[in-house]
Amino acid sequence: MAKSIDISDVDIYYGDFLAVQGVNMTIRAGAVTAFIGPSGCGKSTFLRSLNRMHEVIPGARVEGKIVVDGQDLYDPGVDPVAVRRQIGMVFQRPNPFPTMSIYDNVLAGLKLNAGKLRKSEADDVVERSLRGANLWNEVKDRLGKPGMGLSGGQQQRLCIARAIAVEPQVLLMDEPCSALDPISTSAIEDLIHELKDDYTIVIVTHNMQQAARVSDDTGFFNLKATGQPGHLVEFNPTKKMFANPDDPATEAYISGRFG
Amino acid sequence: MTTTLLAAPEEKERVHVPLVRPRLPRLAPAVVGGTATALALLLLVLGTGLVTAAATGALVHLLVLPLWALAVEGRRGATDRMMTGLVWATFTIAVVPLVSLLWRVVSEGAGRIDGTFLSYSFFRTQIEQPVGIYHAIIGTLLVTLGAAAISVPVGVMAAIYLVEYGKGNKLAKAITFLVDVMTGIPSIVAGLFAFALFTLIFGPAHVSGFGGSVALSLLMVPIVVRATEEMLRLVPDDLREASYALGTPKWRTIVKIVLPTALGGILTGITLATARVIGETAPLLLIAGATDRTNMNLFDGAMTTLPVLIYGQNLRGDAPAEAIAWGAAFVLIVIVMVLNLVARIVGRVLAPPTR
Repeated sequence: MAKSIDISDVDIYYGDFLAVQGVNMTIRAGAVTAFIGPSGCGKSTFLRSLNRMHEVIPGARVEGKIVVDGQDLYDPGVDPVAVRRQIGMVFQRPNPFPTMSIYDNVLAGLKLNAGKLRKSEADDVVERSLRGANLWNEVKDRLGKPGMGLSGGQQQRLCIARAIAVEPQVLLMDEPCSALDPISTSAIEDLIHELKDDYTIVIVTHNMQQAARVSDDTGFFNLKATGQPGHLVEFNPTKKMFANPDDPATEAYISGRFG
Repeated sequence: MTTTLLAAPEEKERVHVPLVRPRLPRLAPAVVGGTATALALLLLVLGTGLVTAAATGALVHLLVLPLWALAVEGRRGATDRMMTGLVWATFTIAVVPLVSLLWRVVSEGAGRIDGTFLSYSFFRTQIEQPVGIYHAIIGTLLVTLGAAAISVPVGVMAAIYLVEYGKGNKLAKAITFLVDVMTGIPSIVAGLFAFALFTLIFGPAHVSGFGGSVALSLLMVPIVVRATEEMLRLVPDDLREASYALGTPKWRTIVKIVLPTALGGILTGITLATARVIGETAPLLLIAGATDRTNMNLFDGAMTTLPVLIYGQNLRGDAPAEAIAWGAAFVLIVIVMVLNLVARIVGRVLAPPTR
């Protein structure tokens, strides 16, 4: 069910402001792709354009082609809601629904979209998703408790469980570990390794060691200059990227000799 | 010259900074306050008016304590004592009318309450039949319920448009402006509007409780819109995005995620709006009229509400009528308080749990 994503000549705007310019890449199916780069270079913006979350912000728009499974996501006939059902997202800050229990949070995607589920089916989905997110053992005795009562790392894994419960083809992660401690981070990185068998994963991270640890391919985004749009500097397999990058700017950034 | 040049750099004497400052004794405010109160009581005994005595006492307290603090603690202490005193004084000034009003209504009105007062109307079939305010209680509840039934859907949906769909476009700005204007319209104008509207539709001399509901809803809608808007804005965008990312359409996100998260606050806002209009008299005099009989039909015939009944009894001015007016005022206050309590309980039950 994992799908690849072909991106060609994508420009992303906020109103008249060109935020990201001329991105071309192919994100492989069933692999982990990481985006690195300095703050404000447009990696999160680009990630959000991959499941049309970008246009939630008024005035934001995308030009170019993003093709998943032979369909251009930005074709006028495409329903953004249908896109987001196929391409799930995990956010920087854990955001479980405060009105719902752990159980209902996992089922939120299914309940909000499909409506009624049989109890046994629902139980299966909850257990499978929570096991998938490595959270089952910690919460199996308190599924009825509010999701907000969990620790930050547990909340983030709950959000991952919620995202994989709807069985998307692609999972986007926007700095999923930046608000977490090293132990929770390690738990989530292990989880990413397990998930990549079933999902295409795209992760934005500020942590270069994390990119090196979890990803198969890495894209380096940078600004040409302050006030200029961000662009993709280099996109290569992670091993090559960290050992022998093509672009001197990439090497400078990775080795910390930046700017 | 040479000696100074050659001398080792002078060890700078470290100034000892005392952390302990002189403070007034802990009982100082109580002592000064007690003295001021005693002075006020003395003035009262000597024949000064109550207000003058209280004001003098407060003034003495507000002057003496800061001056004493200035002498002992310095400027910051004095300012602190002064401001604390002023805050307490203004708080008292704000609370005194409220407490005195409540006390007056309870002491005058509670005694009039009995079984017949709450269960009989003014309409008597026999001369010895007791009178009560049943018809006005029913009238108040029905008219207010009608007003809420109109205002809540309109107000909540308008707020949803403003927050979720409008997002500062021209129409949303125009609506916000009109809502602000509506907040300020005098209630009698709302009554005139309802009167004119129902005269246009049903011809002259139309009176009905529903007309009153329409008039009250004009006053209620802006409050509901404002309160709901504030509550919806408090719902973090993170939650909306989390819902969109699961492939949920916008309307379902609003109904299933945004509204439940804000529900407690919205209900409180609605109750406060209801409490605000339940005491309206002027618009109801115009359009709902007054009657001695119990009218259960919101759409036909005059309907008395508690404020209108209080107004009418007060106009008559004889002792039994005044007693009825006080009793009705007491019942009205109890209804508003019960409404507030219910809103608080519901708000607490529905608020998102945290653990």
